[in-house]
Amino acid sequence: MEALIALAIGVLTGGGVYLTLRARSFSVVLGLTLLSYAVNLFLFATGRLVIGQPPIIGGGAGGAGGAYVDPLPQALVLTAIVIGFAMTAFVIMLALRARSELGNDHVDGKVGP
Amino acid sequence: MSSHGVIAPLLAPFVTGVLLLALPDLPMPLRRRIATFAVLVQIVIASVLLVATSGGDILVYRLGDWPAPWGIVLVADRLAAWLVLTTTLLALFAVIHAGDGTDRRGRHFHVLFQMQLFGIAGAFLTGDLFNLFVFFEILLIASYGLLLHGGGAVRVRAGLHYVVLNLIGSTVFLFAAGLIYASLGTLNMADIARKAAQVTPENLGLARSGGLLLLAVFALKAALLPLFLWLPAAYAHTAAPVAALFAIMTKVGAYAILRADTLLFGAASGPLAGLFAPWLLPLALATLAVGMLGALAAENLRRLAAWLVIASVGTLLTAFALGTAGVAAGLYYLPHGTFAAALLFLLAEALVRRRPASADFFTPEHDMPRHALWGALFFAAAIPSVGLPPLSGFVGKFLILRAALGHPAQAWILTVVLVAALAGVIALARAGSRLFFSTKTVGPVALATPAAAVDVLPGELPDPPGAPREVTAIVGLLGLILVLTVFAGPAVDFAQAAAAQLADPPAYIAAVLGSTAGGGR
Repeated sequence: MEALIALAIGVLTGGGVYLTLRARSFSVVLGLTLLSYAVNLFLFATGRLVIGQPPIIGGGAGGAGGAYVDPLPQALVLTAIVIGFAMTAFVIMLALRARSELGNDHVDGKVGP
Repeated sequence: MSSHGVIAPLLAPFVTGVLLLALPDLPMPLRRRIATFAVLVQIVIASVLLVATSGGDILVYRLGDWPAPWGIVLVADRLAAWLVLTTTLLALFAVIHAGDGTDRRGRHFHVLFQMQLFGIAGAFLTGDLFNLFVFFEILLIASYGLLLHGGGAVRVRAGLHYVVLNLIGSTVFLFAAGLIYASLGTLNMADIARKAAQVTPENLGLARSGGLLLLAVFALKAALLPLFLWLPAAYAHTAAPVAALFAIMTKVGAYAILRADTLLFGAASGPLAGLFAPWLLPLALATLAVGMLGALAAENLRRLAAWLVIASVGTLLTAFALGTAGVAAGLYYLPHGTFAAALLFLLAEALVRRRPASADFFTPEHDMPRHALWGALFFAAAIPSVGLPPLSGFVGKFLILRAALGHPAQAWILTVVLVAALAGVIALARAGSRLFFSTKTVGPVALATPAAAVDVLPGELPDPPGAPREVTAIVGLLGLILVLTVFAGPAVDFAQAAAAQLADPPAYIAAVLGSTAGGGR
């Protein structure tokens, strides 16, 4: 499972970085979205990967002090998702605005040679 | 020790912003009065906080009264109070200037302005790394709105770059916070500092990479080399009061670097101590040099002012890299640099309004009305901008140079700082003589000027006779610099006390976590 999660984060980050380096605003927005997915998965993994346990201390099969999933990263991911969602909505609106103001969807506002 | 006063600098702008948002039908003069009054209240609150912390107390406010490493804390020490006061003083003159008509060019200017102040104050006061991320997002999303305020193609293009870069920065911040949490198991800054001393060898690499990613994020916010390229276009194309307020934004990044350098990776942090040290001084000096080169190459005053903001960040972080004496010098220089940068942006706007053909570009133009007044104000603003005596910039630079004496790299520091000061004098002297001395007397108006490239919208430039708000804001900022010069003694004493407090992370840790929390979780 560790390898799978690591691979997923790596592929998402790599794709995100590649897309944000593109010249058109649509791919940049997609890249930012992929990056935010990657970071959400990453944050999720920072509490270490545990299967089948509740995110409550002392609520696991072992009774008080038993195994549990760290609940804090889940709260962080929730916050990060909400913020990332709002920011994506904003940057899409901005990209549309730039498209209409500048007449094209290049991030530099001019069509290349 | 818990004190409700610590949250007041956050509540005042937040409540004002929500109030203005909830009452969209208020007439503009009333909105302006509410906004100005709110900033005045914030100045009073910040002053009270400054007095409360000046004795050396570290005030801690636990949100929801959750005990420290688990709940979020707001922490007011001398440094935070000093920066909050600087922000509110700057905001007063920015909001006065915005009442000149800038705030009519889009909806919700004052709402965004207050939310920006909320985010900045929160970033200075929070004691939690993830909460710092949240406040960064608040101040950034407000700044996106303010940056684009008024619209226009050039502004939208510069804004898109700014927004995308900062979104990437936010992602990297989350990666960094995740790495810190994965390796140290906490996000409370005091707790990070305490746990950093006992980090296990297998987690050391994770913690180090997390810390250096944090440096990268803060360097992006502070516009440190090589992450400064977004700044000139963004600052040069936005509205003047917004650019003036943004003068404090790079200082938020500088503050975060200073806080992380002294607390998270301070002297008491064992294997993580001095994590930023190898990077900070070379990058700061290079930023200063590049900022001044940019200033020399600038073609108009707003771009020149933007490059001087970068140079000012370079100066500030050079100071922060020089140990306690340097931090004290930097903390004295910080408000000065902020006010001086804001002054230049406001002056550039005044020139744009009065030179219809060439705006603030350094090309000859017909004599503008009341040139003696504006020329004198420009001269008065240029002196502090480059740190010439007798104003506070000179005192600040002198203190920085004195702190550099005896440093292993003192030859580099002295050379770069002094040559950069000379370059700044040349750049501003050239700007001033082109703007004010080379006027065309009589003749046809030349249309082939670069003014077409400026984002001046049709109907954007109402020139009210006398422009009292404009002059008030500019003279007010000059007055602040004068106060900082006249009361340089007490201000330097305070900055030294703040630097001494930063050099003692155990006191901060004890204040936040309490003496009983020594046993870990």
